[in-house]
Amino acid sequence: MPVHDQMEFFIDPSRCIGCQACVQACGECDTHKGVPMIHLEYVDRGHSTQTVPVVCMHCDSPTCAEVCPADAIKKTADGVVQTARKPRCVACNNCVLACPFGVPKMMTDFELMMKCDMCYDRTSAGKKPMCATVCPSGALFFGTRERIETMRPRGTPVNQFQFGTQTITTKVSMMVPKYAARIEHIDVAAAMNEGSGGKSISLNILTAVYNAKDEA
Amino acid sequence: MAIEPVPELQIIDRFGPHRLYSKGARLESGSEPDRLVQTHCCFCGMQCGIQLKVKGNEVIGFEPWEEFPFNKGMLCPKGVKRYLQGSHPDRLLTAYQRDPDSPNGFRTLPYDQAIKRVAAEIDRIQKAHGPDSFAVLGGASLTTEKAYLLGKFARVCLRTSNIDYNGRLCMVSAAAANKKAFGVDRAANPWDDILKAKVIWISGSNVAECFPILTDYIWQARENGARVIVVDPRITPIARTCDLFLPVKPGRDIALFNGILNLMIENNWLDHDFIQQHTVGFEQTAEHVREWTPRKTAEVTGIAERSIRQAAEWWGTASSSFLMHARGIEHHTHGVQNCLGAINIVLASGRIGREGCGYGTITGQGNGQGGREHGQKCDQLPGARDIENPSHRAHMAQFWGITPEELPRAGVDAYEMFRRIGRGEIKGMLSICFNPMVSLPDTTFVKWMLERLEFFVVIDFFMSETSRHADIVLPGSLHEEDEGTVTSAEGRVIKINKAIDCPGDARQDWRIIQDIAKALGRERGFTFGSPNEIFQELRGASAGGIADYSGITYEKIEQNMGVFWPCPSEDHPGTPRLFEKGSWNPIAKGAGPYYFPDGRARFNVAPYSPPAEDVDVDFPVILTTGRVVSQFLSGNQTRRIGPLVDQTPEPVIEIHPLLAEKHGIEDGDWVRIESRRSVCTLQARIVTTIRPDTVFVPYHWAGRKSINQVTIAAQDPISKIPEYKVCAVRLIRQYDPPDYLKELEPQQ
Repeated sequence: MPVHDQMEFFIDPSRCIGCQACVQACGECDTHKGVPMIHLEYVDRGHSTQTVPVVCMHCDSPTCAEVCPADAIKKTADGVVQTARKPRCVACNNCVLACPFGVPKMMTDFELMMKCDMCYDRTSAGKKPMCATVCPSGALFFGTRERIETMRPRGTPVNQFQFGTQTITTKVSMMVPKYAARIEHIDVAAAMNEGSGGKSISLNILTAVYNAKDEA
Repeated sequence: MAIEPVPELQIIDRFGPHRLYSKGARLESGSEPDRLVQTHCCFCGMQCGIQLKVKGNEVIGFEPWEEFPFNKGMLCPKGVKRYLQGSHPDRLLTAYQRDPDSPNGFRTLPYDQAIKRVAAEIDRIQKAHGPDSFAVLGGASLTTEKAYLLGKFARVCLRTSNIDYNGRLCMVSAAAANKKAFGVDRAANPWDDILKAKVIWISGSNVAECFPILTDYIWQARENGARVIVVDPRITPIARTCDLFLPVKPGRDIALFNGILNLMIENNWLDHDFIQQHTVGFEQTAEHVREWTPRKTAEVTGIAERSIRQAAEWWGTASSSFLMHARGIEHHTHGVQNCLGAINIVLASGRIGREGCGYGTITGQGNGQGGREHGQKCDQLPGARDIENPSHRAHMAQFWGITPEELPRAGVDAYEMFRRIGRGEIKGMLSICFNPMVSLPDTTFVKWMLERLEFFVVIDFFMSETSRHADIVLPGSLHEEDEGTVTSAEGRVIKINKAIDCPGDARQDWRIIQDIAKALGRERGFTFGSPNEIFQELRGASAGGIADYSGITYEKIEQNMGVFWPCPSEDHPGTPRLFEKGSWNPIAKGAGPYYFPDGRARFNVAPYSPPAEDVDVDFPVILTTGRVVSQFLSGNQTRRIGPLVDQTPEPVIEIHPLLAEKHGIEDGDWVRIESRRSVCTLQARIVTTIRPDTVFVPYHWAGRKSINQVTIAAQDPISKIPEYKVCAVRLIRQYDPPDYLKELEPQQ
């Protein structure tokens, strides 16, 4: 049974809390137990708690398949890009290096490229992918476009991405803010002072104690 | 003789914590379970529904339970991997006796002999020193049935007043404040009301990491047009996208609430009708907050004045709202006052007791709510009754077949019990579901006190850091090895279902407690044959009380996916939302929706006071502590689950770059954190997501990695909660890593 054509996968990074429930649950999938096919990125932990779950975007023209010298990476008729075929994969790493989203993983123990297949065993049986089922904050969502557009009026789904001169259209959509919002606070210190622009901070809270120390 | 029998490393070698990963049937593709068991997560107060895959007598994995209404299949990483706590090499399969001659410090002994020894020691100590010389520690991860039985065991079988539980470290400040303001201790609203609120105020709760599924409710409300205000010294993941972030200086929340109320009054953002018809004490409180001008509030809280004004305007003019708080405002020597301040701004707004208008504390432990209602709290009897109230005493004494004189009076809180050990007043102790060697503040003191006990018995499924001090360890049951009820943070009573049998000599905890009662020759009242039999007695005991469970049955819970208390009769549907207009309760008897004879809620003057230990020239930095998403409480379970350990292997100290620069500390450097109690050396993580005058360390680790070596044992005078959220420290950069790095695995 193909994946229901009304059901789509959406990633909403604004909702990601970095909990890794998706990664941990991915490792529970029956076809690759113990080995998560997805991962979580901190954008810049020094300055933000912002995280992004990285699942396969399932490109219309998958770069990973295009660069594969062994023609090992196949896409199903319903648009899901699969893990490399074991008999064909030569473990050359071309796909790992070429994917603009950084999705495929080389499993050196098996000499095989493995990647997120949108839980094909589940989605082709009418279920949601494991990661999108457990995600506690709705950062990963599997459902109809109509549903997400109703539920998330602040965002809009995007599935076209530009990497240099390469334009990539994907089956998976990324939710982006409908209206660009000014970021108020990246540094806690900026939220503590009047009219502070972030970096030019008068640090009276530190100097009070430390000046006293110097005097003592 | 509660001294660790052999050096720590030898005990760890045998009993862990070791990390377990999936293997065998848990790893095989196509390994079909024999059955799926619908139950709930064993960790936090959200109590997510989950289905466990069971094969033989092993839980081999999980399947999301999408029909359960609260979480709809969602889980955090702890829920996903919790199944790995079963069939664990560290699992205690027999009883153990302290034995310094054994290489690992303990030798096995037959279960019956262990029970006899426990009973003999209890008898000896109580005969020599009186009933109160033997104390009982319980926990809020126990089912309500076990918590009820433990309270009854302490009071009816042991006749000791000394029973308390680890909820003392959790939400007692909120409980005390709720009783003062509303006359009842329960979240006022179901979480569904969050979705309909237009302003959401979150004070002191790292919602995303501690209650991950609640994030979805809050962010969905934001999609629906709500504004989110977060008050926290750190930009936690929930604060990252909030509409207004108030970076409060730790320990100053009450100043903020008073300042907000003052602005509400000044701008007439008040619900006068509500205040007049449903509350008392407004004038006095209004008078008290007059001094909390925006400028003074800003000076004390360390929050910009314009942010305070903005928050007051949004809160004051909202059409609907939900205020929630957690340990961030509760873990203080003025935790009760903080919560009262929060409640004051809710009452002044009049937005409570109706759809989309709510308030609640987010209880931290799985059965934080149910575990405190039915009798393991030192001052409470079943049905949330007061142990010092003569009519409540008479009711429960009669119910248990004893005289009111025989029923012990109120005991002392869990931390005070340790001080009483030091004074020689407590000589023996039984502990279950509590790991004070990790979770109490100033663990060096706790260790000294444990070592003074003449006899210490622990019921546990793993050899926790605390059970290493035990004379006898009795093998108890994991969550999936028993059935019973728990009450989630929103007041929903739900059913935990048994998936597998206890392995080896391990027993369900309620059986162990009954076996001790029998060995003491006092088994009357302790001959239950199942958790449901205990629940039937509990229903009767709670009837007519505030936390009335009398209309709840196991069948009704399963049919309705949970029942909210109070539920006073079998045809009663339960009460998801408290304080609705015209609602009835056994105290007001129709006079009003609040649990006082006049049916009105109380404003309470909530005076500001600084933390017990403020910073000074010697200790110039504020230390605050909390959780991370992949670990739970003292880590006795989660530090044994390999994938969860890998996610956050060890604690790190979060430091703002400006503070780090003053100390010459760079990202990844080792830092010695010193307080007046002790020291702890951890690696630094330099982040701009924390106030520059504050450092943060998570508390789930033990021994030399435990930040509770450093924290202060100062307590709230009313709730007795310790002040985990503020103490004074100094930081010293270290050029060499600590010894433990070579000796211990990350989780040990």
